[in-house]
Amino acid sequence: MSDQTLKKQDFAKLDRTEQPKELVVRESISAWKDAWLRLKENKLAMISLYVLIVIALFAIFAQFMTPYDYKTNDLSSTNLPPGPDHWFGTDALGRDMFERTWMGAGISLQVGLYAALVDLVLGVIIGGIMGYYGGKVDEILNRFCEIMYSIPSMLVVILLIVVLEPSMFTIVLALSITGWINMAWIVRGQVMQLKNQEYVLAARTIGASTSRIMFKHLIPNALGPIIVTITMTVPSAIFAEAFLSFLGLGVQSPAASLGTLINDALKAMTVYPWRMLFPAILISLTMLCFNIFGDGLRDALDPKMKK
Amino acid sequence: MSKPLIEVNHLSKFFNLGNNNILKAVNDLNFSIEQGETVGVVGESGCGKSTAGRTMMRLYEPTEGEVLFNGKNIYSMRGSELKQLRRDMQMIFQDPYASLNPRMTVMDIIGESLDVHKLVSSRKERKKRVEQLLDLVNLNAAHASRYPHEFSGGQRQRIGIARALAVNPKFIIADEPISALDVSIQAQVVNLLQDLQRDMGLTYLFIAHDLSMVKHISDRVAVMYLGKIVELARSEDLYSDPRHPYTRALMSAIPIPDPDVEQTRERIVLSGDLPSPIHLPTGCPFHTRCPIATDKCKVDAPKLLEVKDKHFAACHYA
Repeated sequence: MSDQTLKKQDFAKLDRTEQPKELVVRESISAWKDAWLRLKENKLAMISLYVLIVIALFAIFAQFMTPYDYKTNDLSSTNLPPGPDHWFGTDALGRDMFERTWMGAGISLQVGLYAALVDLVLGVIIGGIMGYYGGKVDEILNRFCEIMYSIPSMLVVILLIVVLEPSMFTIVLALSITGWINMAWIVRGQVMQLKNQEYVLAARTIGASTSRIMFKHLIPNALGPIIVTITMTVPSAIFAEAFLSFLGLGVQSPAASLGTLINDALKAMTVYPWRMLFPAILISLTMLCFNIFGDGLRDALDPKMKK
Repeated sequence: MSKPLIEVNHLSKFFNLGNNNILKAVNDLNFSIEQGETVGVVGESGCGKSTAGRTMMRLYEPTEGEVLFNGKNIYSMRGSELKQLRRDMQMIFQDPYASLNPRMTVMDIIGESLDVHKLVSSRKERKKRVEQLLDLVNLNAAHASRYPHEFSGGQRQRIGIARALAVNPKFIIADEPISALDVSIQAQVVNLLQDLQRDMGLTYLFIAHDLSMVKHISDRVAVMYLGKIVELARSEDLYSDPRHPYTRALMSAIPIPDPDVEQTRERIVLSGDLPSPIHLPTGCPFHTRCPIATDKCKVDAPKLLEVKDKHFAACHYA
């Protein structure tokens, strides 16, 4: 202890009114910006994001990069290995594999994104209704979801595609028929958790409408898990489409997806391995990047998950 | 005598927990609040204070009873009448960390009330009004574009107050507005509430479990136990002459900020735990823990009766 003792006259009364209003000095950062800053820290996730962007750009612009297109047969130059003319070689009908691979990547990405979009819309609406209203409504819808979920989804998908003509539309439709249930459950759980938060009660006390509470308060706060679910849905939809194509139920020739390309190449895998190599690398890369990016996004949106 | 602003008649709120378990959170509440008055509600956790406040706010539909606002039953209001009620009655919440939407800026949080009731016609007017409200609660208007997580607990609570004031309410239910705050901040918020009451003629229902703070702000105080009011009196009367044994026990727990008097303070320590509100005791709900309970208390539930001028107590021996 110091030998100086504090005396009463050491203290002076401060005039409260002279104190400035409280200041907040840190620059204003929204929750989204904060998440973006955290995501940027994650090198692996950012590399994945860049790779995905590059893949998407190639899928769009590859058609302008070579004199060939994806459907013209050239029987004089079939099964060529990769070379200066045909960068990825040609297939059994002499079609340029570079064009076909990127076209396939584009179709696969589209299937993944559309399926995720349908899941998002259906899942958020139905999950939101289940979570917000609860009670009987929740009970009935939840039973319905459980019944849908208990049917082997691949069976439904295959049946549906066999009945309808195989095309991108039917594939997306078939994948979404059971795909939205996961999203609905996630949204339901989030909404149930959030609807008793005091800020939602506060919105009710000022007389905000149900749709306002839903779209201004509940969904924005549940957006983290929703986005993460989407980034996980896309690769699983891409994989499901590749699987269907492998069974011959994918998009039909001359159009191609990565799955159909691999299926075509399988027949001559030992002789012309490059025909399988490029689509296989691309599909693996796409799925890997989506998974890593989704992981990074989850960490960035939910800082509590880390450490 | 003028007509009370708020009249609560036989208000009950039961929650059905399934398996024939009914939680009687609020059980036959009767009281009234005059215009410009502050009524404090105290009681231990789980006694139904918050449920009573939320039911009066019509966040919950009551099981029984009615609440009259200016003579009109709020539970039969629909449409535009209900919307007007939402402007007249507002609520301040307990947890300043949970009561503000983390995804909205302060501007949007306060502005939402203005949007819902179409109180402003342009963005510029909205901005001006929000800044005016922030100024009213002693916050820097320049911070309107910030998010709730950038503020301290006391500041957030003041944002919550500004949101409640945006619609120019007449009656505010403050649901433990200070219990989540640091002691040094509590006085700040309570003083702000009192200043606003003086300037704007507000009427408060002040729910809390801090007895000395309730005494400081309230004109009258209601003590709740297991969903019922056990004593209701002007705050001086209640604190100087508590009649219900439960109130006496509560009062004896308040520390006195004078060491000499504090040494002689005698605490009445209640035995036993709070009974479950699912299986309420027969007779007087307090008889299981009451130091002066008799056989009569076990069978006969006492009514809330006037024992002195404007001093009500629900005890056979008050």
